Amino acid sequence: MEPPLLELRGITKRFPGVLANDRVDLQLHRGEIVALLGENGAGKTTLMNVVYGLLSPDAGEVLFEGSEVSIRSPRQAISLGIGMVHQHFMLVEPLTVAENIVLGHEPARATVIDFKAARSFVQDLSERYGLKVDPDERIENLPVGTQQRVEILKALYRGARVLILDEPTAVLTPQEVHELFAVVRSLVTEGLTVVFITHKLEEVMNVADRVVVMRDGAVVGETRPSETDQKGLARLMVGREVVFRITRTPSHCGATVLSVADLNVVTDRGIEAVRGVSFEVCGGEIVAIAGVSGNGQTELIEALTGLRRVKSGKIMLGDRDITKSSARSTIEAGVSHVPEDRLRRGLVLEFDLAENLILGDHRRPPFAQYGLMWPSAITRIAEERIEAYDVRTPSLDVDAATLSGGNQQKLILARELGRNPDLLIAAQPTRGLDVGAIEFVHGEILKERDAGKGILLVSLELEEVQSLADRILVIYEGRIVKEFASGEATDEELGFYMTGGGGAKLDEEVGVADA
Amino acid sequence: MPETDSKKRSISRVLRSALRAMLLPLISVVFAILVGSLIIRLAGYNPVVAFQALIEGAFSPKRFGETMVRATPLLFTGLAVAYGFRAGLFNIGAEGQLFMGGLVAAYLGVALGGMSAFAHISIILVAGMAAGAAWAFIPAILKAKVGAHEVITTMMFTFIARGIVQWLVAGPLKAPGPVAQTEPVLPSAFLPRLDSILPFHVPGRASIGFVIGLAACVIMWLILKYTTLGYENRAVGFNPTAAETGGISVAGTTVKALCISGALAALAGVTEVLGLHGKLFEQFSSGFGFTGIAVALLAKNHPLGVIPAAILFGGLSAGAGKMQLEAGVSQKVIFIIQALIIFFVAAEELAKLVLGRERTEVADVAG
Ligand SMILES: Nc1ncnc2c1ncn2[C@@H]1O[C@H](COP(=O)(O)OP(=O)(O)O)[C@@H](O)[C@H]1O
Ligand SMILES: [Mg+2]
Repeated sequence: MEPPLLELRGITKRFPGVLANDRVDLQLHRGEIVALLGENGAGKTTLMNVVYGLLSPDAGEVLFEGSEVSIRSPRQAISLGIGMVHQHFMLVEPLTVAENIVLGHEPARATVIDFKAARSFVQDLSERYGLKVDPDERIENLPVGTQQRVEILKALYRGARVLILDEPTAVLTPQEVHELFAVVRSLVTEGLTVVFITHKLEEVMNVADRVVVMRDGAVVGETRPSETDQKGLARLMVGREVVFRITRTPSHCGATVLSVADLNVVTDRGIEAVRGVSFEVCGGEIVAIAGVSGNGQTELIEALTGLRRVKSGKIMLGDRDITKSSARSTIEAGVSHVPEDRLRRGLVLEFDLAENLILGDHRRPPFAQYGLMWPSAITRIAEERIEAYDVRTPSLDVDAATLSGGNQQKLILARELGRNPDLLIAAQPTRGLDVGAIEFVHGEILKERDAGKGILLVSLELEEVQSLADRILVIYEGRIVKEFASGEATDEELGFYMTGGGGAKLDEEVGVADA
Repeated sequence: MPETDSKKRSISRVLRSALRAMLLPLISVVFAILVGSLIIRLAGYNPVVAFQALIEGAFSPKRFGETMVRATPLLFTGLAVAYGFRAGLFNIGAEGQLFMGGLVAAYLGVALGGMSAFAHISIILVAGMAAGAAWAFIPAILKAKVGAHEVITTMMFTFIARGIVQWLVAGPLKAPGPVAQTEPVLPSAFLPRLDSILPFHVPGRASIGFVIGLAACVIMWLILKYTTLGYENRAVGFNPTAAETGGISVAGTTVKALCISGALAALAGVTEVLGLHGKLFEQFSSGFGFTGIAVALLAKNHPLGVIPAAILFGGLSAGAGKMQLEAGVSQKVIFIIQALIIFFVAAEELAKLVLGRERTEVADVAG
């Protein structure tokens, strides 16, 4: 066998309190797709940042074509033929596709950049690999999936022979994922090597030639999709048996916790986002709002949590009218909220874990009284909750920003559930999480249900909706267009109503009568 | 075992993080001194002699009193700007709030008579703070309700405050005589000199205003760290969206923060009038509100950091005279050094932005 194109030996990288990479060995050969699989925080990005020269390892060596190299900057990595597409794109928005691709890599001697040559080169590349883009379009006008193609083209333009894609599918629609896989396959037939970072099992099964699994900074296994299945991969990745299908007892509907009547909400620009929505959630049941993103879910949640003013209608929490309540009094009335956008809404990333854990309760005993905070109570309770919700962290005083996505979400759950609410509104609670964390979040939500809490789950993921909900309300263009009991609808039926399939009936009043 | 152990660990962690926080500002100061030396050298003087004179003029026991005098207003304005920054607000108009504080002090210092010094001074301190808060209130409301940027509005209010003081000291409040200034405040309003209340000798004119300034820094530090007010202030400063979601009123916090900032800045005006000049005239502040921005910057917006930063800037200005006298170097060089300190602090932020790429990039991706 020919020697590996790129080889890592004993790469170790330490961050304060975290061993992000622990003596990692990895070999990449010409013309293969290697999936780097691992939970959030396993150290995948760190490892590849080392390869790309963004981080320097504390120990270990990198060999390129058999000889040792020290990669100190992305520039150096690029000159070796290593390209990387980050999850967060680094394109200049107002410039065109061609300009972005040439940017920073202009022909060295020319004083004027030869954009014409660059354009035709780009056209050439994009045809060869099926990476369809218009070289003259401005980046800001392109959908995310196309921007990603531009990033890939940029790497190819710079002569990448090893292409690292960091969680490339996280931002893509299913259709775009499909197209990306085709591109990746055509790249390797041309002799490129692709490293595909992911924590999604079915992607690995679909696209990889070889799978390297990381856990807690170390490589814990290597296999081929043909030699394993999703269950096996999950076991390697999480380190224990993972429950895919949730076992769930039938719900016991208690007293009505939330009742919404003829609710109308408009966006900041006055556009009607929620139109005449009525429903109820009772204690001990999970009601899911299923819908395609942008059909009024965000505004509905904001209205329920006191973050947005209601235009008309009524919101009752138990027998208390919270239609006009502020965010603060809504929280204090017993509504907890796991927000859709956890980095922007859910956490203050610069606050440490304890400070984040009291947000929303920071005025009330036991954390505070008479405007004074009680640090000893805060630390004690924070420690308890970190433990109870299994937030993996070196200590309480690290900033929330340093946690992995899964642990950030657990931190939010620890805060919102630790407050012992009557109603939990969970929006996209597992978005971007790996299987282990998803299992945990689902488990916690079910536990709350079984403890008699009302749960309103807002999700775009059919699988989540189907497996968790006792009742499913389908939202389309701000209206509840259909209601299903648990297990009553197939994915296809749900999809049909979510995309306006029940449209004919829409002209009539389709407020869902409370079941 | 875990109790004391974790306590010890957290204390050493606090110390370490404090040292780390101080390191970069210190480096900025050292760089500023080095470049300042070069400039002095190029101008044909001896930098060693110059800095010796500067340090002696600022920090020798005999002269430290003057450093305290110069540092006093900067403690308040630096603290004012820092507190605003912690809520994400840039109170560039501390100078205007300082003027309102000075005005109230000069007026009440004359108008309120027949009471004990303690009562007189206390009333003026409170009234001065109220005036500063009121002066910041309109920009604060404009920010909270319609989003008018505080940099513009507080600056405009600085011009207005100056204009009002200019007019009053030359007209309605003018003391008889050729100079445009108010009547001297009553003796009961004078802030006692440190020398007269401390058991040991303190040379110079420094008043208890300096001590009030130190106390203010400590109090604001405690407020930021141990009160819900401070918690909400920091939450809004870091991430208003998350703060709002946590039930914190962003508008309310903005108004509170800017008013508190204004009240602190006003104390600089009060202590200048009651502790130093004894009266009000148009030029009674040499831009302390603006120097306060530099002080806050050097202090990294930490209330306790304001203390060394204000003393440093006060010392530079106190030692400038001696430097000119003994080394022949113009006092203007001090402005250059001050500017250099600001430059290096800012450059450090810039360097962090560039060097910090690694960290943020990784953090982004770790999402
Ligand atoms: N810049 C950083 N500073 C401190 N800790 C970091 C930094 N980047 C990553 N980490 C930590 O290192 C570990 C591995 O992170 P990462 O490589 O991003 O994981 P993955 O990409 O597999 O999700 C995590 O615990 C993360 O919190
Ligand atoms: Mg990652």
